[in-house]
Amino acid sequence: MSPETSSTGSQLVKRGLADMLRGGVIMDVVNPEQAKIAEDAGAVAVMALERVPSDIRRDGGVARMSDPQMIQQIQAAVTIPVMAKARIGHFAEAQILEALGVDYVDESEVLTPADEENHIDKWAFTVPFVCGATNLGEALRRIAEGACLIRSKGEAGTGNVVEAVRHLRTINAQMRRLQSADASELYALAKDLGSPLALVQEVAETGHLPVPLFCAGGISTPADASLVLQLGAEAVFVGSGIFKSEDPVRMAHAIVETTTHYRDPAVVAKVSTGLGAAMRGAETSTLEQRLAERGW
Amino acid sequence: MRVGVLALQGDVAEHRATLDALGVEAVDVRRPADLDSLAGLIMPGGESTAIAHLLGTSGLRSVLGERLETGLPVFGTCAGMILLASEVVDGRADQWCYSRLDIAVRRNGYGRQVASFETTLEVSGLGTVPGVFIRAPRVLSWGPHVEVLASHDHGDGPVPVLVRQGSAWASAFHPELTGDTRVHGLFVSSLTDR
Repeated sequence: MSPETSSTGSQLVKRGLADMLRGGVIMDVVNPEQAKIAEDAGAVAVMALERVPSDIRRDGGVARMSDPQMIQQIQAAVTIPVMAKARIGHFAEAQILEALGVDYVDESEVLTPADEENHIDKWAFTVPFVCGATNLGEALRRIAEGACLIRSKGEAGTGNVVEAVRHLRTINAQMRRLQSADASELYALAKDLGSPLALVQEVAETGHLPVPLFCAGGISTPADASLVLQLGAEAVFVGSGIFKSEDPVRMAHAIVETTTHYRDPAVVAKVSTGLGAAMRGAETSTLEQRLAERGW
Repeated sequence: MRVGVLALQGDVAEHRATLDALGVEAVDVRRPADLDSLAGLIMPGGESTAIAHLLGTSGLRSVLGERLETGLPVFGTCAGMILLASEVVDGRADQWCYSRLDIAVRRNGYGRQVASFETTLEVSGLGTVPGVFIRAPRVLSWGPHVEVLASHDHGDGPVPVLVRQGSAWASAFHPELTGDTRVHGLFVSSLTDR
């Protein structure tokens, strides 16, 4: 077959990379040294960004796409996929990330939104997108816009997994509701969810999202990873939880081991032993800025 | 007949679903004892560096190596092909592989994700099958005992994408992502109960 009969950027190819990341850990890194630590520990991908979410939260101001030079240095440092974040609705940042050859774009609420109405039209891109969601309606709207991977939003940078758990449980409960609904009820349920009917019907039929569902936001210990994986997440994003912990190398290894062996509490106990302090964390009810409320 | 799927990381579920569709019992392999009484093993797609790391930490690396040397039939897709190769180019400095197949491969040999592609392939004995290549390895060279079952020309001449050497099989593409069971069927039909 000649290259003329080959096509790039199809949904199968874009969703396929998400399939390859399942059962893995995607780690936030801010420089090539951290990226190497992540790869050495068995990360399936790294998220290249200038500041981890807990620092973005602390520093305030407008958080934007990272400097291309920093992304390129990380691309040069590792052989695993490199992801990077664009602001919600900022399709020009996404175009730049695609031109840099990043492997996945995260249209992320961790950065300051650039458009208060519209998310990026992700069908227009060859590079695949991951988007956050707090519930099923939001997940299906992102998929309708072309997202090939959904993650819970959680509450990034807090080290508190409570919001990620809420989002996963909500998405799962709403999918179960669709499965038990009569076909004639799906029209009203689609209206309530604010999601395209075809996607609502698909979830009612299959019982799962049309794309993989990963977890992000507040995962700080192996036990947190085990919890969200047992709640149905297929892989985990760990942001501040690794490089804001006392011993990042051990924490990275421990969360990777857990993600493979989360069904085996003896393994999770072993890797959790003597890990040192997890990141300090924050109570989410006292936060001034809730990142999960960005995006709609 | 029981066929194992190496379930450390990657698209394990799709391989299991493909085996189910063929009426073959699929078993997850995460620890050495899981390798017992398997007719064959599938090494899935995923990140080869992560899977290699987890082979080490799970205690599977050496045990699986012994089973492969003593003839456990195996089929590796994408990352699985890298792990079965004899030489890996553009990998990590400490990249290792099982040398079960006399091939040299280049990691991400077709480029980054934006260059990932799908096409159609002509497979010996099967006809046309869909080929999905995701950050796929590229076969650079292969030995005289390697049988080439399908090739793909990406504009610079045909390159093997489905190969077999005795009971070891590997593809650079992902037959498990397409719902087409025929490539897995070829592997499964070569197996005998043990």
